[in-house]
Amino acid sequence: MNRTPPVDNWATDFDVLDAGYVADPFPIWEQLRRGCPVAHTARRGSTWMPTRYDDVTAMAHDVDHFSSLEISVIPFDGTAPDRPLLPYGLPPISADPPLHTWTRRLLLPWFSHRRVDGYEAMTRELCAGLVDGFAGAGRADAAVDYAQQIPVRVIAHLLGVPSELSDNFTGWVRDILEFADDPERRQRGTQGILQFFLDQLDRRRSDPGEDLLSELLHTQVDGAPMEESLVLGTAALVLIAGVDTTWSAIGSSLWHLAAHPADRRRLVAEPDLMPLAVEELLRAYSPVTMARVVTQDVEFSGCPMKAGEKVLMNFPAANRDPEAFPDADTVVLDRAINRHVAFGSGIHRCAGSNLARMELRVALEEWLRRIPEFHLAEGEEVAWAGGQVRGPRVLPVEFL
Amino acid sequence: MRIGVDPTKCQGHARCYGLAPALFDLDEYGLSTVVGDGKVPGGLEDEARLAIANCPEYAISEVAEI
Repeated sequence: MNRTPPVDNWATDFDVLDAGYVADPFPIWEQLRRGCPVAHTARRGSTWMPTRYDDVTAMAHDVDHFSSLEISVIPFDGTAPDRPLLPYGLPPISADPPLHTWTRRLLLPWFSHRRVDGYEAMTRELCAGLVDGFAGAGRADAAVDYAQQIPVRVIAHLLGVPSELSDNFTGWVRDILEFADDPERRQRGTQGILQFFLDQLDRRRSDPGEDLLSELLHTQVDGAPMEESLVLGTAALVLIAGVDTTWSAIGSSLWHLAAHPADRRRLVAEPDLMPLAVEELLRAYSPVTMARVVTQDVEFSGCPMKAGEKVLMNFPAANRDPEAFPDADTVVLDRAINRHVAFGSGIHRCAGSNLARMELRVALEEWLRRIPEFHLAEGEEVAWAGGQVRGPRVLPVEFL
Repeated sequence: MRIGVDPTKCQGHARCYGLAPALFDLDEYGLSTVVGDGKVPGGLEDEARLAIANCPEYAISEVAEI
């Protein structure tokens, strides 16, 4: 899957869809941090990309200069298919205050630590059932047969929509996030999700339930019902942001444990390490990079940024910055000081972070409980997706 | 030892609660506050230091004893 011209100079012509970058971005970040910590490219529009922890977090906090009105890492060439139906995009992720503030407050309680505790039993049963399906086979695709199957069903449960449609959800979300440079796929994904939610909202108008969609529909804003486009955008966000991201984190973590037997055996022998290990795996294999648009000309870390240009906040690279994390390229399962920003930083901190963390922990616990010994299948390729969300999409592993 | 959370910095990452659930409360938006007046019960100092050292927003710090 090589859709881009080769990159000769990462400082001045980077491309996050470059196949080599998607497969192994770590040496490129290291080279950029040392030589040109804020890289630039003119591909798909003028875009800047900081790779140091301090720069990335400073950018995330400067919401006056860096707006969330554009958050896609891959700008859309041509007419955005979602604009007529979603004039505000997917709030709160695509919004600045004040719209960001009140839409975020609607979502956050659904992802509070107490609510998330309530989803744990369902998640554990789901993971155990998936492992049952392949434990006897001696091999599995840990991405397709396991990681990919988990978050989409947890999110469907939370939204109160049928989990039988999981494969459709997964396809639409991949079309939007992983194939954003392919207008046909992006259009297909966007239309699929919007049509699905329009239908679901219609049903809930006459037959409301206890779910998030019903609550959004009955939310009053300044004495009037919330605009349908905002309900639709917020609902679509939960699906889009909750699927590819967590699935990628689960897949990357299983890849690490398959490829690093000492870490795997330690985690099996010392299960109490799991909470710290989850944070460390999130740090080392952070899936998500988010974009912003420059609102007014500003000099940032010595770079002259112009209004209208894009910036990519490379949270995954920030989390590998040796200035912020000693021995940053090594996974230290019990790393004690770990201010990682896998879930972002500032007012747009991932609203679903409690849920994602629980899903990752339970997915690893259930896998390791049944399959403590496993390794990458010899001679078989691991395929990674990248761009906005990085994680393995094909991950063949073998076990006894 | 006494600790405090700066409400202007906390963004609800919940790392403190994960590391030291006896020392912090989270509201339904994820925002953290210290339990009681922030006085760390004997034996929980290490957990308090971990919470301080893992906050991505540098929102938690040791504060003066009352």
